[in-house]
Amino acid sequence: MKKLLGTTLICASLPFAAFAQEKPESIKIGIATFLTGSASVFGVPARDAADLIVKNINEAGGIEGVPVEVSYIDEGAGAETLTSEFRRLVESENVDVMFAAISSGNCTTIAPLAEDLQVPNFLWDCGTQRIFEEDDYKYVFRTQANATPEMLAAVLYLLQEKPDFSTIAVVNQDYAWGRDSWDIFSTALKAMKPDVEVVGEFFPKFGSADFSTEISRLQGLRPDVILSTSWGGDLDTFVQQASQRGLMNSSTFVLPLAESSLERLGSSLPAGHIVGARGDHYFLHPARRDDQDFKDFVDQFQESTGSVPIYSVFHMAQAFAALEAVYARAIEENGGAWPDEDQLLAAMEGLEFQGYGNPITIREDNQGIEDQLMGTSVQSGEYPFATLENIVIYDGDDLTAPVGEDSIEWVGSLDSSFAESAGSETYEN
Amino acid sequence: MNMTLFILALFDGIAYAAQVFVVALGLTLIFGVMRILNIAHGSLYAIGAYLTVTLTGVALAAGAPPLLTLPLMLVSAVLIGVILGGPIEWLLLRRIYDKPEVLQLLVTFAVFMILEDVQRLVWGSQPYFQAAALQSLGNVTVFGVTYTVYQLILLPLVALGLLIGLRFFLRHTVIGKLIMATTEDREAAQSIGIDADRVFLLTFIVGAALAGLGGALASPTTSILPGMGADMIVLSFAVVATAGLGQIGGAAVTALMIGLGRSFAVYIWPEAASLVPYLIMVLVLLVRPEGLFGSPSARKI
Repeated sequence: MKKLLGTTLICASLPFAAFAQEKPESIKIGIATFLTGSASVFGVPARDAADLIVKNINEAGGIEGVPVEVSYIDEGAGAETLTSEFRRLVESENVDVMFAAISSGNCTTIAPLAEDLQVPNFLWDCGTQRIFEEDDYKYVFRTQANATPEMLAAVLYLLQEKPDFSTIAVVNQDYAWGRDSWDIFSTALKAMKPDVEVVGEFFPKFGSADFSTEISRLQGLRPDVILSTSWGGDLDTFVQQASQRGLMNSSTFVLPLAESSLERLGSSLPAGHIVGARGDHYFLHPARRDDQDFKDFVDQFQESTGSVPIYSVFHMAQAFAALEAVYARAIEENGGAWPDEDQLLAAMEGLEFQGYGNPITIREDNQGIEDQLMGTSVQSGEYPFATLENIVIYDGDDLTAPVGEDSIEWVGSLDSSFAESAGSETYEN
Repeated sequence: MNMTLFILALFDGIAYAAQVFVVALGLTLIFGVMRILNIAHGSLYAIGAYLTVTLTGVALAAGAPPLLTLPLMLVSAVLIGVILGGPIEWLLLRRIYDKPEVLQLLVTFAVFMILEDVQRLVWGSQPYFQAAALQSLGNVTVFGVTYTVYQLILLPLVALGLLIGLRFFLRHTVIGKLIMATTEDREAAQSIGIDADRVFLLTFIVGAALAGLGGALASPTTSILPGMGADMIVLSFAVVATAGLGQIGGAAVTALMIGLGRSFAVYIWPEAASLVPYLIMVLVLLVRPEGLFGSPSARKI
């Protein structure tokens, strides 16, 4: 009888034993970011941010008392190197969580690999909306928005600020992002303002160093609005050349990714052009700029790098904020004990966390819901580069395609009433 | 396409061709004389741009007038040729002239990779932009379209000047004739007392300086950032291969073809604009594998 009772007690205690994970010595994180090539203008500041954040976390005692270790993979080395390094970090270095990647092309490669390797992976910066619309994932999460709300916010802001425009042209980079973002933007625009005429579509090659011919052609076409979802050096060059040749005086530019170029562009970006922030990322975020943690982070980043933080920096901060939040939630739901992987994954659904913008929620399809900040450039003289005025922050939930719906079909089904129904907050400067 | 658009496309094509030609000129000179396909040419182009931006920044900070930044481009080019080009030839390339071509490619590619890292080490990964030289020359309006004088007039003039100057140098100066003689037959040239090593060194310095000058000339019009060298080397190779390796005049004609082809594509068929330079290359090489101006050579099989 005693033996039976003992066996029963041991069996009964097994489930609890399984939950009683020991705290690890460290949380190992692998981060994919561009450290070489033209995209390093995003990737290096993000790496700098990660170093800074990890230092701060560890100085404060780690995540739930466990220090953080990071390893980096250079996305600039190509997709093959990225996947083999990703595999090596997971299988040989036993990383606990991966943050990958910046490139949408790399994210579509990495997502199924993370699923195969059963490692939690945060899509920390890439924009393609296709990831969770075309597949279901258990291990893959996006700690930011996707391209759909980013483009919809630009359309809504354009319609609000310049409702009477009738012609538009696009100059996007000739690769997946340039094409897909135009697809979303133009579909939404046609749905909400069907009378707009697209007078020119230009897709210069990715990394183009010269837009002179496109600028000449645009000066001849004289569109009311010129959209460019380009980023990094391409966007800098395009804006610089357009500014030098007076194109920015005759057309309104819509630049949904230009928050990351403001400082580099200096005085080249004149007042009156529409700038987006890929999320609500701005070093003068109107709702956060007076918060002490926000100010401290911006100051620290500026001090260590000499530059103001851009959206890739804030996206990196969001990934770490998500990590801290999910461990806290999983531990709480596990009665204070260290969680196992399944408990960690379960805690991701509905997770709310806050980086240095408005709070973000991870939806049931693992997509992050993030608000979108848009503004108009102004050369106020306070900084040696353009800042933003007439800032509007759109509710990310309203701008993201519902779970299970295809973004292109969804934005195509919208009409002009959507502009009024979408939630937003307006700030003077 | 009406006449106005035709003329505008012509202007755009010529400006683009001039920029590409200056870089391709150095590449084709080095191949023509030394039979080396110098992949590091792309890095020399990029560092030429970085150096110009740095020197320009220093000069402007010291109160120099913006126009003075134009001669600084020549200074950068000479520095690239002497400080980088000279040691690359002297320390590396002269050890592998008689080695298989694939080794030459690997060595110059290795130099390219090293210089890319040197460039990142010195200038970091942030883009630079310095348009003082371009702004100092102002703009001109043609048929309602504003062009910069720098791109519309100065760049084509520089390219034309380099073409004429280099051809004159090679055909009508003693050093140029020594280079031509060494190009024709290195052993025979050495047998009559020409110091081929010195000729090769000089040629590589001039070729490297032209790469640096290409970067210097590009610097006021574009963002200087990591990766720019790789982009330019691909386009330069397209020009040089289409022209026929080592053909200086051919490089000029091909750069013009590629520039105009790309420009007219933007006006007529924008979707194909990125493709046109490579389409021209493929079509030419299918018909003339030795290039437009190259001559067929016997090959052992």
